[in-house]
Amino acid sequence: MATAIRAFAPAGPSVIGAAGAPAGPLLRLAGVTKRFGATLALDALSLDVAPGEFLALLGGSGSGKSTLLRIIAGFEAADAGRLLLQGRDIAPLPPHARPVSMVFQSYALFPHLSVFDNVAYGLRRDGVAKPEIAQRVAEALAMVGLTGFEGRRPAQLSGGQRQRVALVRSLVKRPPLLLLDEPLGALDASLRERTGFELRALQRATGAGFVMVTHDQAEALALADRVAVLERGRLAQIGPPRALYDRPATRYVAEFLGAANILEGRLGPDGAVDCAAGCRLRLAVPPGRGPGEAISVALRPERIRLVAGAPPAENGIAARLKDLAYRGDGWMAVVALPDGTEWRVALPSEAAPPAPGEALSLAWAPEALAPLAD
Amino acid sequence: MRRALILLPPFLWLLLLVAAPVAILAGIALSEPAPGVPPFLPPVSLEAGWQGSFANLLTLAEDWYYAAAFLRSLVVAFLSAAICLLLAYPMALGIASAREGWRVPLLALVLLPFWTGFLPRLGAWIGLLRDGGWVNGVLMGLGLTEAPVPLLYSDAALYLGMVHAYLPFAVLPLTATLLRRDLSVEEAAADLGATPWVVFRTVTLPLSLPGAAAAFLLVFIPAAGEFVIPELLGPPEALLVGRALWGEFFQNRDWPLAAALAVALLALLILPIRLFQRLEDDGGSRRAASPPSRSSGQSLDMVP
Repeated sequence: MATAIRAFAPAGPSVIGAAGAPAGPLLRLAGVTKRFGATLALDALSLDVAPGEFLALLGGSGSGKSTLLRIIAGFEAADAGRLLLQGRDIAPLPPHARPVSMVFQSYALFPHLSVFDNVAYGLRRDGVAKPEIAQRVAEALAMVGLTGFEGRRPAQLSGGQRQRVALVRSLVKRPPLLLLDEPLGALDASLRERTGFELRALQRATGAGFVMVTHDQAEALALADRVAVLERGRLAQIGPPRALYDRPATRYVAEFLGAANILEGRLGPDGAVDCAAGCRLRLAVPPGRGPGEAISVALRPERIRLVAGAPPAENGIAARLKDLAYRGDGWMAVVALPDGTEWRVALPSEAAPPAPGEALSLAWAPEALAPLAD
Repeated sequence: MRRALILLPPFLWLLLLVAAPVAILAGIALSEPAPGVPPFLPPVSLEAGWQGSFANLLTLAEDWYYAAAFLRSLVVAFLSAAICLLLAYPMALGIASAREGWRVPLLALVLLPFWTGFLPRLGAWIGLLRDGGWVNGVLMGLGLTEAPVPLLYSDAALYLGMVHAYLPFAVLPLTATLLRRDLSVEEAAADLGATPWVVFRTVTLPLSLPGAAAAFLLVFIPAAGEFVIPELLGPPEALLVGRALWGEFFQNRDWPLAAALAVALLALLILPIRLFQRLEDDGGSRRAASPPSRSSGQSLDMVP
């Protein structure tokens, strides 16, 4: 394993990770703007990636996440903004001269070349000596368990094997920054989790910075050190997965990450929120706004619990069960509040599930409430 | 039953317009010439039974005159196809790389000469190339030459006419191949450090070879039997299959020998035709084997 990992260790003294490494971000995007005709794909986006960091760019279609990746790789030119890799402006460089490497969503393996030649392709372009190529390709393939597949064509591999060939084809060049476009998107569900762990292990082993584009919030939360949520070309929020999940800053982030319930309300004079559905909310940290102002609060389905008897006066509400879906690890209940609003409530599997139509008392802790900026 | 009904019309079409004429042609090729109308004895008759012969096919094999005609036809077809391929590749790559709005107009420009009549086009070439034609007029007007340069009725004029006539056959399949190509594979090559020229040499070109071979064969196959262009533009002494066939049929009225020539040409072209079909089939299976695009909207959250 140790020798195999060496195959991907970033080369040269210019690279991050070791002691005495240059300070500052690995990648800095400052005010990156991209227009396609009348649509603004990226709107003055600024973002730093730290050395050795695993960053996920999360967003729906049209959020600009793939455009951003293609701008970093050099396949699209930004209309404005700066693109610094290890302090060096890479915006004027064509893709082949940029020291970043990309794993394509379709893998984009060379169909006419063997697995060995696919992985060796980048090393040959760099003029690496033949014996070293053979050694590094062998180590790289060993790392992802593909020893013995050197002579196969991509068409003779399974989807998971192709994905791993695409990964090591990029990593074998020891790029300081690896870009991944929906790396798990084409794999079936059983393979995704395992491949996700492998990806994480590879990232730690190589010390390279990873920037992964995904539309799957579970994937982003599970793999990344930090998640950047993009909304229509802008950074909606960036932070560690826990912070994003527990403290979504905006309605878009709250709804995109795990489909939170959104409560609309108005701040009362005592700092509590009177919500439109007919409950009183007491937040752990009072929002910095004056009484009478409208406010939206996110509440995760799994932070709501059922209580016996009447719901508490604060942070609780009566509801009626509308529908129930079994999810293996529990139930997802759809409940109707007195005013007709529907919430999603996650119930643990050990409890006997309520029957549809049954009256329920819901309660939650003050920490579960996340005030939203919009 | 319904299957049979659907297959019947194309089957009948092929039977009446392909199989039957070839069978008749083969029959004539196996018959003896005879004075009369038509000028041959049928190879099989009710009274005499089998009265055909393989003499015509033997003549083709033994007489160097015909072998030379075949050889020369194949050389002309090969060179015409090769020149077409060399010209068509950059054209097709340009069309395939052009912005979407430009592709159809560019393709139309390639096809435009094709929509004008075939003979008027050859007439135009004759007008340009003959001794008193435009080209010689310009050359002499500029003082580059005193007497007209013999351009018409040369190999150069022959290939000019062939390439002009058959170029669209090469451009169209190549454009289709290059339009179908997966651009992300070329981006991956660039991403791994390949300059644009290296991307072309190591990825675009090798991946388009089946399409290039198909384009070559689409020119080669009809060019091998071409009669009109060599007759009108080529050197008069050049003996090609088409001209040999025409001579036997119209001048010597030796239908059996002409038919034997036609059958031999057909047999000769079966190999490249099969090759072409193989390439088409491979292209299909290669496309089918490419990884599926991702299914969208997958999420771990699956509540209704």
